[in-house]
Amino acid sequence: MSLITEKLVVLNLDSPDRHVATRVLAEALASEGRVTDLDGFLADVRKREEQMPTGLPGGIGIPHARSAHVTEPSLVFGRSTTGIDWGAEDGPATLIFLIAAPQGGGDDHLKILASLARRLMRTEFRDSLMNAPDAAAVVDVVNREVVNQ
Amino acid sequence: MKFVAVTSCPTGIAHTYMAAEGLEQAAKAAGHEIEVETQGAAGLTPLSADTIAAADAVIFAADVEVRDAGRFAGKPLVRAGVKKAISDGPGLIAQAVAAAGEARVNPEAFAASGAAAPAGRSGGGLASKVDSSAPVGTRIRQWLMTGVSYMIPFVAAGGIMIALGFMVAQLAGGKNGAIVVTKTFALTGPPNPNPTHLVNIMTDFNPTDGMHWAALLFLVGAAAFGFLVPILSGFIAFAIADRPGLAPGIVGGAIAATMGAGFLGGIATGFIGGFAALWISRWNVPKGVRGVMPVVVIPLLSTIITGAALVLILGRPLKAMSDGLTSWLGGLTGSNLIILGVILGLMMGFDLGGPVNKVAYTFATTGLVAAGTSTNAPALKIMAAVMAAGMVPPLGMALATTLRPKLFSEAERENGQAAWLLGASFITEGAIPFAAADPWRVIVSSMSGGAVAGGLVMAFGNTLRAPHGGLWVVPLIGSPLLYVLAIAVGTVVTTAVVVALKSAGPGPVRTELDAEVDAEVVAV
Repeated sequence: MSLITEKLVVLNLDSPDRHVATRVLAEALASEGRVTDLDGFLADVRKREEQMPTGLPGGIGIPHARSAHVTEPSLVFGRSTTGIDWGAEDGPATLIFLIAAPQGGGDDHLKILASLARRLMRTEFRDSLMNAPDAAAVVDVVNREVVNQ
Repeated sequence: MKFVAVTSCPTGIAHTYMAAEGLEQAAKAAGHEIEVETQGAAGLTPLSADTIAAADAVIFAADVEVRDAGRFAGKPLVRAGVKKAISDGPGLIAQAVAAAGEARVNPEAFAASGAAAPAGRSGGGLASKVDSSAPVGTRIRQWLMTGVSYMIPFVAAGGIMIALGFMVAQLAGGKNGAIVVTKTFALTGPPNPNPTHLVNIMTDFNPTDGMHWAALLFLVGAAAFGFLVPILSGFIAFAIADRPGLAPGIVGGAIAATMGAGFLGGIATGFIGGFAALWISRWNVPKGVRGVMPVVVIPLLSTIITGAALVLILGRPLKAMSDGLTSWLGGLTGSNLIILGVILGLMMGFDLGGPVNKVAYTFATTGLVAAGTSTNAPALKIMAAVMAAGMVPPLGMALATTLRPKLFSEAERENGQAAWLLGASFITEGAIPFAAADPWRVIVSSMSGGAVAGGLVMAFGNTLRAPHGGLWVVPLIGSPLLYVLAIAVGTVVTTAVVVALKSAGPGPVRTELDAEVDAEVVAV
C-alpha cells in the first residue's frame, strides 16, 4: 500500500473548471479501486470545497475529503500548465493535490496525510514536484519526503 | 518569545497541518519558539500545562471551535482562520508578538480589552466571564457572577410564575386561594398521603377552573426554582474549569438543593466541582486514556468527588446545625416576642432559602398547625414576622437597584425589576442572584432589614395564618397597614445597608470587563 502510485499522477491537468479537474483526478482513484463510489466521493469533496475553496497562495489547490467511499489514504497529484482557478486570491493553481482519507482510518494513515500537508508548505517540496519530469519522479518525491521520512 | 498555537479545520486532514507548519516556519524565521497543537484527524497531542503557562501569547488558527479553549484563559490571544496561518504565518507571529508586548506593558488595559476573556466563549459557545490574569478576589467574583448570570433567568421565570400563581389563586379562590394553591395540587397523581385533597394537575386539569390555572403557574414556577442552585453551582464550576466543570457542578448543586443546603451549598459545590474538574483535566495521562478523559474520566471522577464531599462531609454538620437551631428556637418560645422576631428575621435573611432560613420558616409553619383556630396565638405572630422578614431581602435589592443602579451590574438591575414582584410574593429567593454575586454585603444587609421587619411585626402584633403568599394573603393578616409599614421599614434598612457597603468597598467598582460581559449576557 502506498500513498501515491504512478497511476495517481496527472501531469497534464488542463481543465478550466476546478470541479471538472477534481473529477479527472478522482477517476484515477476509482479506476485503482481506492474509491468505491466516484460520485459519492466527489460529493464529499465538493461539500468541503463549498465551505471554502481550498486554493492556497503559491498556485496550490488541495481538494480533500474524509469519505466513507475511500478505501485507503491516497493522494492524487495533478499538474496544470495553464492554471485552474481554485479560489485563491493570488491566482490560479498549477499544483493540485487531491487528498482522500477513509472515514475510519487509523492514526498512522492519517499521520501520513498530516505530514503530506506539512510538506505542502515547503517551497523545496513544491518546486521538486513542479519540476518532476514524469510520474515516476513525482512518486519518488512524495515517497521520499512524506512516506519514508 | 515563546508562543503556543492551536490549528483546526473542518476536515482535519490538510489545513490543520499546513497551518501548523506555516506558523512553525514563521516563528523559526523570526527567532521565536512555538509549539502547535494540531486538532486534526490524526490524533491529538495536547500542549502541556507548563508549555501554555510559559507562553507569551496564544494563536488560534482555526475554522472550527478550538477544543478546551479554557486552558488558554488569561493569555494574550490572536485569533485567525487557518488560511491566514497558511498564507501569512509571519503576519500572525507578528500579531502575537504585538499582543504579548501590549499585555506586558499595560496589563490592566489588556484585561479590560477582553483579550483574555474569550476562554470559554469561542465559536458561539457558552460565555464565561473570567479573566485569569486578575487578582484572586476579582476572579472569585467573576466565577460567582458567571453562575449568577445563568441562574437569573430561572429566578425570573420561576419567581414570576409563582407570583402570578398566587395572584390568579386569589382572584379565583378568594382569600384562602393563595394557601390552597400551594397545598392542593401536584404534577404527580395518587398514591399520596392525602388523596382526597390532592388534584393531579396533569391528568385532571380543568380549563374552566381558575384555581387549576393558578396551580399550573405555581407548579411550573416551582419546577423552575428547582434549578436555581444546580444552575448556579454548575456555571460557577463552568467558569472555573470550562465545559468539564458543568457535570460535577450541576449534579453537586442538585444534591445541595435536595439536602436543603441552599445557595451557599450551591456555591460550595460549584467551587468543589470546578476545581475537581480542573485538577483532573490537568493530569498527565497515557495517550490511550486521553481520548476518554473529557467524556468519561473527568465527569465521572469530578462528579463523584463533588457529590461525595457534599454528602459525606457537609451532610451531618448541616443536619446537626438544623436540629440545633430548631431546638434552640423551640426553647425561645415564651420569651420576649420582639427578640424572637429579630432572631427569626436574621435567620430568614441569612441564606435566603438555605438551611438556616428553612429552620426559621419550618419553625413558623409548624407553629401554625399547632395554633389551630386560635386568633391571637403567638404562633400567628411568628408566622407574620417570618414572612415579613422573608419579603424584605428581594424588596431591598429591588429598591437598591432602582436608587443606585451604578452599584449593580446590568444583569442585577434587570433582576432587580423582577425582585419587586418576587419580594411582594414572599419569594425570598429573588435576592439570591445578588447574594451569590456579592455574598457578605448582601447577606449582612438582608439580615439587617429582616431583623428590623421581624422585630417590628412582633411589636405591632400582626398575625398571619397563611404559610406563604406575601401581599396576596393580605386579607389573612391582622392589621395589614402596620404590617406593610414593617416591611417597608425593613426594606429601607436593607437598601441603606447594601448601598453603604457596596459604596464603601472596592468589590463593587465596575470595570470595563463587567460592562462588556453584561452586554454579552444580555445577548446570550
